[in-house]
Amino acid sequence: MMDKRLQILFSGLTLQNPVIPASGTYGYGLEFAELYDINCLGALSIKGTTVEPRHGNLTPRIAECEAGLLNSVGLQNPGVEEVKKTILPQLRQVYHQPIIANISGFSIDDYVYLTEAMSEEEQVEIIEVNISCPNVHNGGMSFGVDPLSAATITKAVKAVATKPVFVKLSPNVTDIVAIAKACEEAGADGLCLINTLLGMRIDIARRSAVLNNRYGGMSGPQIFPLALRMVNQVANATSLPIIGCGGVSSAKDVIEMMMAGAHAVEIGSANLIDPFVCKKIIEELPELMDRLKIENLTDIIGIIK
Amino acid sequence: MQQLQLNILSNTPLQVGIYHLRLASADLRFLDLVEHIRAGQFVNVAIRGKYLRRPISISDVDSESLSLVYKVVGEGTALLSQMSEGDKLDVLMPLGNGFTLARSGSRPVLIGGGVGVPPLLLLARQLLQQGIKADIVLGFNTRHDIILYNDFLSLGCPTLISTVDGSYGQKGLVTDVLKAQGANSVNTFFYACGPKPMLRALKEQMTIEGEISLEERMGCGFGVCMGCTCQTLQGSKRICREGPVFKASDVIF
Repeated sequence: MMDKRLQILFSGLTLQNPVIPASGTYGYGLEFAELYDINCLGALSIKGTTVEPRHGNLTPRIAECEAGLLNSVGLQNPGVEEVKKTILPQLRQVYHQPIIANISGFSIDDYVYLTEAMSEEEQVEIIEVNISCPNVHNGGMSFGVDPLSAATITKAVKAVATKPVFVKLSPNVTDIVAIAKACEEAGADGLCLINTLLGMRIDIARRSAVLNNRYGGMSGPQIFPLALRMVNQVANATSLPIIGCGGVSSAKDVIEMMMAGAHAVEIGSANLIDPFVCKKIIEELPELMDRLKIENLTDIIGIIK
Repeated sequence: MQQLQLNILSNTPLQVGIYHLRLASADLRFLDLVEHIRAGQFVNVAIRGKYLRRPISISDVDSESLSLVYKVVGEGTALLSQMSEGDKLDVLMPLGNGFTLARSGSRPVLIGGGVGVPPLLLLARQLLQQGIKADIVLGFNTRHDIILYNDFLSLGCPTLISTVDGSYGQKGLVTDVLKAQGANSVNTFFYACGPKPMLRALKEQMTIEGEISLEERMGCGFGVCMGCTCQTLQGSKRICREGPVFKASDVIF
């Protein structure tokens, strides 16, 4: 069943393949587990979790674009206590591969608390520190747009983490390499990039923004080239393992992202329009590798300098 | 939920800009699903050239086909309206929770506004199968927007129409018709689907219990993106997953 050619090793982990559903596009996996055996995944990044439960922003929260969408969900989630108490036990029933705990906070204390709480979970293999949510005021992204605060969060989280810490970076910055380097120097075990880009759509008939929140995070195939470029820049400037994310929708995109420098790849928006896309990509990878004469996926990581 | 490739049997206008789409498939999964569709459930249709799917309520089913009635409101539905017999559509179905038939009592009233009317046709049919004849109250902007009137009549359901401009039926809103009919005393339960202001007004006016079907811009349609949340007395709920049908008294507008 398991194809060794797809296996990826980083940060002391072995993933059976590099395909990971991105946080916020896969819930906590339970809806997908009704559709297919989600144990085919390399890992699963769960919905961004905060200390307290959050209702999120007012609707409309979704706006379509030519090749993707905007969202302004605003970190709706039931809070870490509920996630640990009721959701992760349900997920454990149907899923036995690594979990990536995506956490989001409004203060350093929040991030520290969440890291401790999620480190206790045996199945959580990576803490994904979201300092890049564009949809929440005075939180999320504000930590991710400045190298100093990104480093401060990273240091604080690393001090208590018993699992590898991956910092999820925002593309809404002038120089993502500077932020990446700051995280590396602060002790991050890896990086995940990119989160969504801040965008906008207007309903010209109603003369109002489509999103109630006015602006929202842009995702989907439209951001793939930009994500790829940023992954490549960061891969060339740091020695950290990278989870590449942003518009990945096919096995071909996965290969491209890995060639740019990613050890693993998160699939986001594509899950929303094709619920089977992760499974399909995993199944399609071996054949595509044959065609491209790729023996093992690890061989292509970062071959494009 | 299944992902199915369905054949278009027909895609014809009912009124200017409002279309009736019939879909079918020889796929056994489809035949099994249509048997168990509950009124109020919806499908999510992929449209070539558009990134997101389009959620559309199911207006009717028979043993081998599924009907959707949709209004052209933007580019996606405009593209859908150009598709014709023989074309294929990628559909996720069935989605959401439907109306609760068991709550109807002996004489429910079904209240529809504009393109909120279609799912009520299947509801009326399913209630009839249980021996319950519902009263129907439908509201439209003008007589040019009236849809499915004859379908309700042919079920034998007493059907009243209101139009905002008075060009057909009673001039005014469904709430005016309901008041005139004394719905709160003659009816046992209400089921409603329509624009948010209508649902909000119903929640205020109706003293009998009821269920309402909500609408929202959706990302996925199956409960993973948290795009279409609404607030209820039981906290945040996903319209696509826990809904689109909710107890009227639970929804916080």
